Amino acid sequence: MKITRSMVLVSSDPLSLQRGSLEIYRRFQEKLESYQLAEEVALSTITDVGNTEASPVVVIYPEAVIYGPVQPENVDRLVSEHLYKGHIVEEMLVPKRHLPSRMAWLQSRKGSLPAQQRILLARVGKIDPENIEDYILHDGYQALAKALSKMTPQQVIEEISKSGLQGRGGAGFPTGRKWSFVASAPGNKRYVICNADESEPGTFKDRVLLESDPHAILEAMIIAGYAIHAQEGYIYIRGEYELSQKRFLKAIEQAHEYGFLGKNILGSNFDFEVHLHSGAGAYVCGEETALIESIEGKRGEPRSRPPYPTTHGLWGQPTLVNNVETLANVPPILLHGAEWYRRFGTPSSPGTKVFTILGNVNATGVIEAPMGITLREVINIYAQGMKNGAAFKLAQTGGSSGSLIPASLQDTPLDFDSPRKAGVSLGSGALLICDDNTCVVDLVKVLLRFFRFESCGKCTPCRIGTQRCYETIRAITEGGGQLSDLDGLLRLAEQMERLSNCGLGQTAAVPIRDMLKHFRTEVEAHIRLGICPTGICRMVPEDETAELIENQMV
Amino acid sequence: MPLINSPQDLRRVREETLQKRLLQNQASRIQIIVSMDTPAIAAGARETMQAILEFIEEEKLNHILVKKTGNLGFDSWKPIVQVVINSQSPVTYRKVSPTVARRIMEEHVVGGKVVQEHAIHF
Amino acid sequence: MKDQSTKDLPIAAIVEAAIEKHGTNYDAFIPILLEVNKAVGYIPLHALKEIRLRVRAPEDGIFVNEGRLYSLSSFYHMLSTKPRGRHVVIFCESAPCHVVGGRQVWQALKENLGLKAGETSEDGKWSLVTTSCLGTCGVGPVVVVDDEIYGNVTPEQVPEILARYE
Repeated sequence: MKITRSMVLVSSDPLSLQRGSLEIYRRFQEKLESYQLAEEVALSTITDVGNTEASPVVVIYPEAVIYGPVQPENVDRLVSEHLYKGHIVEEMLVPKRHLPSRMAWLQSRKGSLPAQQRILLARVGKIDPENIEDYILHDGYQALAKALSKMTPQQVIEEISKSGLQGRGGAGFPTGRKWSFVASAPGNKRYVICNADESEPGTFKDRVLLESDPHAILEAMIIAGYAIHAQEGYIYIRGEYELSQKRFLKAIEQAHEYGFLGKNILGSNFDFEVHLHSGAGAYVCGEETALIESIEGKRGEPRSRPPYPTTHGLWGQPTLVNNVETLANVPPILLHGAEWYRRFGTPSSPGTKVFTILGNVNATGVIEAPMGITLREVINIYAQGMKNGAAFKLAQTGGSSGSLIPASLQDTPLDFDSPRKAGVSLGSGALLICDDNTCVVDLVKVLLRFFRFESCGKCTPCRIGTQRCYETIRAITEGGGQLSDLDGLLRLAEQMERLSNCGLGQTAAVPIRDMLKHFRTEVEAHIRLGICPTGICRMVPEDETAELIENQMV
Repeated sequence: MPLINSPQDLRRVREETLQKRLLQNQASRIQIIVSMDTPAIAAGARETMQAILEFIEEEKLNHILVKKTGNLGFDSWKPIVQVVINSQSPVTYRKVSPTVARRIMEEHVVGGKVVQEHAIHF
Repeated sequence: MKDQSTKDLPIAAIVEAAIEKHGTNYDAFIPILLEVNKAVGYIPLHALKEIRLRVRAPEDGIFVNEGRLYSLSSFYHMLSTKPRGRHVVIFCESAPCHVVGGRQVWQALKENLGLKAGETSEDGKWSLVTTSCLGTCGVGPVVVVDDEIYGNVTPEQVPEILARYE
């Protein structure tokens, strides 16, 4: 069992294919095998290179160098010199003037792979999460000490603003700005809330942080409290995360004992307390106003906004609500400075992102990578390729409400900016990777069943919309779909997006739209031909009552 | 009165902890670290931990420190166990069932030979 | 399963202990209900009365009626308004588990228990419920029985897992 240390991408756009790139690919397979490098070097193709004079090109990571035009007989030299001995073959590099601008971003990632850049997960797997001494030994509470003794609350906010940190819950709002809104809002009490109601299917980055490094989140909450002049903080951890709750409670207890919580913290006259509030099973409580309602002992139904929690939050007071991962960025930024932080990621989305990889790939779990990594890199380097050598069909980013990314878009960099341009959202960082045995209609049916079940029922577009969408898609999987249904779905999707009260209803339509945008042929096959191309959907009506019971609606 | 009341206290506590750990490391030549987060437990890490502790008990081994940590490596590799001998770089093992754990204890911890087919080479 | 079995449980004492721990402010309602659910297996109607009687702080303007407590119990998925079996089997039916073989495991669970989702067996031994993502997708499909979590489950393992419970 070896870890992938390099990746080779052979261009396979029409022009390259015409010029013999398949032969190049085959030679690489052969040579890697004979040099016994097959396990360490991932081999894949790249389609989205743009037209280049120098095609076919070969891209090799982690050096991020581009060779071209490559002839099949050059492969031996590339393998023996570059991959085996580690020398870059200068004279075969593509001259700069021949590189299309689309390839330029490839070079920005130079040297960053495959070693992961660990800022947030720096201590994860290195310390005992239930031992505060381990945390202190690994720079723990140093950022708090620095903030309390050397910085004013205003300076803390400025540093966070300068770092360019964006909220990691999915929306990507600038964190520094949020902090200054709350700090300047009028009110006699302020609150810090850490949103750890991580219910987005496929997302578990917060659980990893809470279970593996709870003190880091606690430290960040105390710093946030200092910055916005709050004396009290809540962490709302979903009820299903028992181990996270247990470890966080222990962290609170130890922090009291050591004097990081309570009165006059580190002799600075600053007092702070943190309460753990357990969720009780409701996806919608991840929405910040629903979460606040839930803490206040009500049903988790989102409030109408404005006013926003920054001015009218918990108990009507100015409240800062930040995601676990967002907060995890705070101590390293304060400790090493905003400038240091900006060295990671892209200029518009600085820092790193924790991704969770799941689905039909060889390695599933959590990774931390710089913003701007591509899906292809994730699949081939971190996830060690598709399981059983199957073909990659689509990925869903950001949990249930995320975009469906077809194979043709897998070279889009994942950051807060570029996905928006390409029409895909980064969301919470979950990457559900599906092979060609996945039926997209069946997948969307499962997603809609989830939304229908989790809709809180407060507003009509979401309550009825998710139900109607689910019924329509279910009919398609049972052989009862009509072509006019597809227009109906798009209309519903637009209404849900524009009229729903909160993010749940607004984003529930995203997978539907993406399905019709990228996989329309497959959907139409269900309707026109009455078959499911992957053989997943049974194409016969299923028992309605069984379905109802299955969703515990009776 | 809490233990730490100023940034200076924090520095002192850190220094003391460091000294304590150095002594600990000298006393226990071998460290075994088991990943213990929810996926690891779901994959059977508790049983693995149990097998390791039982082996130490049965063989009456001394100077072994067994520790737990949170997430370590990929979920699909779990249960994961790390073995550190004489503060050298750790050897990480994947898919460590209780049977594999006993083998690692016998062959690597006692015998000094890495169990190659379960080792992950970073 | 009849409501009778909970008659012997000291509901009042359970509520009292929960209040001792969480207080009687508004933010204590859900934690108290969670404790009752944990101790009893569900939230019996008479427990709501016990809570109402104890949550009284007129000086702080805090009152609660049973309707509100019931509306909380029916809203949150971890709270049950119906009696549950001695062992609750929870299955994650989210997309990540679905694409890695969850459908087959779900089928096996239904067949082995002879139950559909949301049902409780006649003898009161089993309840089968679904849940949304448990965040352990890396080792999916995932099945939870009471407090034990099982990962990488195959349909073949289902009978073996169920047999561990009395």
